[in-house]
Amino acid sequence: MRQVTGWIVLIVLVVFLIWSVMLIHPFGYPDVSDMDDYIIENSQEETGSNNVVAAVLFDYRGLDTLGEATILFTAVTGVLLLLRASKRKEETS
Amino acid sequence: MLTKIVRTVANQLILFIVIFGLYVIVHGHITPGGGFQGGAVVVSGIVMLLVVFGSQDLKKSLRERVLSITESSGALMFIILAFIGIGVVFFYNFLLGTPIFGRIPDFGSGPGDIWTGGVIPLMNIAVGIKVIAGLSAVVLALALFSGGEEVEE
Repeated sequence: MRQVTGWIVLIVLVVFLIWSVMLIHPFGYPDVSDMDDYIIENSQEETGSNNVVAAVLFDYRGLDTLGEATILFTAVTGVLLLLRASKRKEETS
Repeated sequence: MLTKIVRTVANQLILFIVIFGLYVIVHGHITPGGGFQGGAVVVSGIVMLLVVFGSQDLKKSLRERVLSITESSGALMFIILAFIGIGVVFFYNFLLGTPIFGRIPDFGSGPGDIWTGGVIPLMNIAVGIKVIAGLSAVVLALALFSGGEEVEE
């Protein structure tokens, strides 16, 4: 019984996933491309950077990069905190 | 500690890996890449050293406390660079037009000039310092404190 249910769930999931992949929006043809056009046209003049990706990352969306850096900082802090605590417990016991 | 062949090859290879990583960081505003990617490349070299020489040897030259402080100063440098431009807006590109990194390239693809980009190269360097120090601290901590016994060859 459980095996039959599993197969049914699997088939339904696979059908839905394939269906959604077939209905996906064509890659590279956005509906609204005003933002992309603006950045491609003006980023070199406004930020002076030849690399448009770097211009978006560090200038237009600098706040996002700050968040990314904060995530890294939090991860490092958490790892050091956890591993140091476990080390200390080992030493005392 | 692995065999002598592996140690010699790693000794020669680490220089190129670190130079390539620093190149990716410093040229982040011209070529693909940037602080995160170049920092990851440098850290991959450090991981190679860790595998080849063992964590006990690397512990002498890479202090975890120093790495922690370096990471924090990289983050501080990033935030200070963002705050300097707050007279106009947060993350304002205040260096554009000045002699330091202030040139503006022609429209379209071109050979690229290192003195362009305003604060973008400086921010790339700050993020690079942060990623190198942070990821090496994590890898070193995992190697030192995880309790795994060092495998003797």
